[in-house]
Amino acid sequence: MVRHALLQLKPQKGRIHRNLEHLQRALLALRDEDVDVAVVPEAYPTGYFLQGGVRELALEATELEDRLAGWHAEHYQKPLDLVIGFYERDGGSYYNTAAYLELGGRGLVHRHRKIFLPTYGVFDEERFLDRGHELTSFTTRFGRAAMLICEDFWHTVTATIAALQGAEIIYVPSASPARGFGGRAPANVERWETLARAVSGEHGLYVALASLVGSEAGKLMSGGSLIAGPEGEVLARAPEFEEAVLIADVDPGRIPPVRYDNPMLADLKAGLPLIFPELRKVVEEL
Amino acid sequence: MKVVHGVPNHEVLDLDYPLVASALERFIREELHGRGFEKGVVAVSGGVDSAVTLALAARALGPENVHALSLPHRDSSPESSAHARLVAKRFGVELETVDITHMVEGYAEQTPGITPRRKGNVMARARMIVTFDKSEQYRALPLGTGNKTERLFGYFTWHADDSPPVNPLGDLYKTQVWGLAEYLGVPDEIVHKPPTADLEPGQTDEADLGVRYRRADVILEHYLKGYPDAYIVGLGYTPEEVALVKRRVNQTHYKRHLPAVAIVSSTAINEFYLRPLDFHTDD
Repeated sequence: MVRHALLQLKPQKGRIHRNLEHLQRALLALRDEDVDVAVVPEAYPTGYFLQGGVRELALEATELEDRLAGWHAEHYQKPLDLVIGFYERDGGSYYNTAAYLELGGRGLVHRHRKIFLPTYGVFDEERFLDRGHELTSFTTRFGRAAMLICEDFWHTVTATIAALQGAEIIYVPSASPARGFGGRAPANVERWETLARAVSGEHGLYVALASLVGSEAGKLMSGGSLIAGPEGEVLARAPEFEEAVLIADVDPGRIPPVRYDNPMLADLKAGLPLIFPELRKVVEEL
Repeated sequence: MKVVHGVPNHEVLDLDYPLVASALERFIREELHGRGFEKGVVAVSGGVDSAVTLALAARALGPENVHALSLPHRDSSPESSAHARLVAKRFGVELETVDITHMVEGYAEQTPGITPRRKGNVMARARMIVTFDKSEQYRALPLGTGNKTERLFGYFTWHADDSPPVNPLGDLYKTQVWGLAEYLGVPDEIVHKPPTADLEPGQTDEADLGVRYRRADVILEHYLKGYPDAYIVGLGYTPEEVALVKRRVNQTHYKRHLPAVAIVSSTAINEFYLRPLDFHTDD
């Protein structure tokens, strides 16, 4: 069993130091829970909507790692893995990035730079950020994992690629402003659950969604973090709009029997070469 | 037999009001706290918009943390003041009355030929002055009460009704404000009376605007989403109604923006230099 904590936190806009302290306090409060992997939402250290301010507030990956590693060394005897979304500066380029940090161990294990930058409606990411160009799964202390950030996950082809690469869990830091108030929950929250259940059920893997909360000048980040299991079931769900910590155990041992009974991923591997020429044609015609 | 005409496609405006109320309460709390305020101040006109704002503020902050203001002029309808008292009582908020007659008439006496319309605007701006002064006195942030329909129509006094820094109703059409009012328990006589700015005797919003709110709101929602005129007419609205709604929106964009600034640099504020209003840095 791999104990996960999804930290559905509310940052103060631009207050990186305070926000990291808030995260650290939340993690220390969980010490008795024996957490293996903590997952923090998209853009948590700064808040999501920065416009041009991303240039002032983006961090180098090593800078973020150093801040958290120093703190970890002071307070922990054993490693803690942390998935965290942040705005990354790399030379003159800026990315919406998720880092997988093995604190007290290998340090920065992997980083995923968001590929699908929403630039429509209330969103304006591509004006201020560069696109990532890679999607690769990676090995953690607990198995194979992948990270997708927010809209990356709304295109299910990305999760399919991660599954084909062997991912047993997909971490999804997100920041999703609530919209569509016609039902019991905001429409975007319902969409997230539908997607997470569909993806986890199709590929027989876990999905851990950590979603930001807080009002950013009227844009209400919706929360509703959840963890979905390999049969497409929601194992745990956080409330909407308010800060919460969601704790759930991930059992990699469940994946092989589930995939045996529902061999969609194996079937995909068998059938993909048959349909790939069509996919290539579509891509070539873009 | 009574014939009741339905409003075509009105269901596009349907909301889950418990969810909306909960989200707006959280919005009020977080936006006030983010600015360092624990308390709010609401100018209560006796109409449904300010009644809903007061109800949300009382639920969000606790009635003891909300200052309700009744700001009558001698020409205001007595019913407006009575309804302001009724609303404050219903939501357990103490109501303070400040008569703006002297403020307004002090100016009007020096201004021969002032029209009722101009005087109405002076009243609205006098109310803004009092609201912001009470904000300073009580260290309570003013909450706006303008709804999406009147914002889109520009049907408000500029730099008055639109001046509070936090507005919970600004993305709700009037039709939706009525729905939320019923959910929150705003007294029936306030929800169901004809809306009025009460800036001139006998004035009603729908007579001023030339279209019924419930019909205008459906037209607006489709227009904002990019549906062509012919589609909206096809739903059952008249070409005249559609044209009127579009004209009102497109003649008033300036009222929904900060003033035009002559740009001479590549660091012009809000044009090149873009920061959200809640932006901070650690420094």
